[in-house]
Amino acid sequence: MTYRLAPIDTSTFTAERAAAGTGTDHTVIGSAVQRSDARGHVTGRTEFFEDVAPPRLAHLKMHRSARHHARIADVDLTEALAVPRVLRILTHADIPNNLFTPLKLIGVGPDDEPVLAVDKVRYLGEPICAVVAETEAAALEGAARIKVTYEDLPPVFDVEEALKEGAPLVNEYHGQNHFRYEGHHCRRIRFGDVEEAFARADHVFEWRYQSAPIEQAPVETTGCVVVPQADGRLRIHSDTQACFFTLDNTALILETPFNKLRIVGGTVGGGFGGKVDVVVEPVACVAAMLADRPVKFVYDRAEEMQVSSPRAAERIYIKDAVMNDGRIIGRKVTLYVDAGAYSRHSPYGTTKAAAHLPGPYAIPNVWADCHCVFTNRTPSSAMRGFGVTIADFALESQMDRIARALDLDPLRLRLLNAYRDGDLKAHRKVAEGTALVEVIQKVAEMAGHELPETYRRMSSTTREGL
Amino acid sequence: MPSQIVSLVVNGEQREFIAAPGATLLASLRESLGLTAAKRGCAQGACGTCTVLVDGRPEVSCLVAVETVAGRSIRTLEGVAAGGELDEVQSAFVDCFATQCGFCTAGMIMVAEALLDRNPDPSDEDVVEAISGNVCRCTGYRPIVIAILEAARRRREQAPQEVASR
Ligand code: FES
Ligand code: FES
Repeated sequence: MTYRLAPIDTSTFTAERAAAGTGTDHTVIGSAVQRSDARGHVTGRTEFFEDVAPPRLAHLKMHRSARHHARIADVDLTEALAVPRVLRILTHADIPNNLFTPLKLIGVGPDDEPVLAVDKVRYLGEPICAVVAETEAAALEGAARIKVTYEDLPPVFDVEEALKEGAPLVNEYHGQNHFRYEGHHCRRIRFGDVEEAFARADHVFEWRYQSAPIEQAPVETTGCVVVPQADGRLRIHSDTQACFFTLDNTALILETPFNKLRIVGGTVGGGFGGKVDVVVEPVACVAAMLADRPVKFVYDRAEEMQVSSPRAAERIYIKDAVMNDGRIIGRKVTLYVDAGAYSRHSPYGTTKAAAHLPGPYAIPNVWADCHCVFTNRTPSSAMRGFGVTIADFALESQMDRIARALDLDPLRLRLLNAYRDGDLKAHRKVAEGTALVEVIQKVAEMAGHELPETYRRMSSTTREGL
Repeated sequence: MPSQIVSLVVNGEQREFIAAPGATLLASLRESLGLTAAKRGCAQGACGTCTVLVDGRPEVSCLVAVETVAGRSIRTLEGVAAGGELDEVQSAFVDCFATQCGFCTAGMIMVAEALLDRNPDPSDEDVVEAISGNVCRCTGYRPIVIAILEAARRRREQAPQEVASR
């Protein structure tokens, strides 16, 4: 059996490399370059955060909400505090600045999420109390012995239900179940006149798309080890994907100057967006300060799957005005992003979704309402192209369904509608460096899919042949 | 149940330490012996990142109570690079881009070592079968399979020379 050793095709630029000769550094593209961290990985010497084992390390385990939506009537710590080797139990009162939202660093507000729950829980698994103990087993037992009395509230799990009049209010800090964009109820795009396009179209197609939340499931779970330093600073060993973002947010939550914290990181055992929210470091820092010893807080596998923020579930309606020859003259999109109980990165993800519409196509009339909706589900956040990926699933499924309905070649339908350099996109940016036409042509060639001469001659730089 | 003294032969060296009741082989290696190459991905036998060899057989060390393997021979990734030189599996993992974040790598390499020890010329399917208990979220598995096949090839090519030099 033959196989290629490197995952890239090193033959692509062989001729160029040969022509350039040696002694030039313009020959990297198309050659396999060893990863700088590979040697550490294959010898086991790469240091991940959990490989750090300072003396007197204490362990933190979380007591989490057993309800999707409830008022907290009472928290009883008596039994938990009696567990041998439990050092301390943190509640919201121990967190200097308990209310935050991670994107406040770029001006996104309001603060809408408590580090530890105060009077209410808004999703299953929301952190309520943090138990710090000398051993992991004692921390777990302490967490299990905390007694929380709930007064149940009706939960809402569906984005459209959540926006209905009279739906249970998920997040009081917003005052309604959606994020407000500069005074608007959603992120909107208005370009041309879609209603006029529907009136004159040969066909109108409308379909609905729905995705589920997707957990990043990194093989290394989210966590950190915080070590108090002799000079009063905290050294944070973390597997965050965003060291400085974590440092800044943690400092704001601790109400401490940024230079009191030092992050040791950059080695991430798989992230995929799931290690961007700042969730474990702030509470571990408070624990380390109050217990005055190193503290480790790391999710077990069940926590990673249940409470680490997944890719948002989305619901997308697309309505298209299409002419007999396949030209799309109008596209109306209503998109709902399920943010779960708190903002995290979803207001930003929803904006990304809006900017991505109507996909890589030149459609003269576009209308979009993109809603960032709060529900009683696990807060969603970043994951590989979030905002864009699910929109693409919907848009490209839509293109295939149109092609099928009109009995058109799906590749030609796309070539006909593909954007070209110089086209004004729906959000008023001029398209530059487009390459969809060439990519489709190449794919067709590789797949042995016949395209007529006029389609093979199309180009991203001109509208000729359209 | 009191703590007890456990002794193991780890990477050819006799090691003794005090194990708390119920301590796993993984916790003992990482916390008592300072050998952190084996990782905890799930602590429930599902991901394979904690794989080490017990008398040459791959075992998920998070599910092994350490006293049940007292006196046995344990091989970890730290014991693979003899004198700092990479062996065929390690160098093939580097050359074939079979490691990205690196978190699954220790488990993958130990499984590969065990496979090649008992089958120097594995098929594609043999390799897939061998790593089927190990999760990797980064590579998509294909580069790992290729690296193990390549390592087998390199080892087979070297074998006659080793015999000759003995
Ligand atoms: S940590 Fe042992 S199998 Fe996952
Ligand atoms: S390289 Fe990241 S899990 Fe395998």
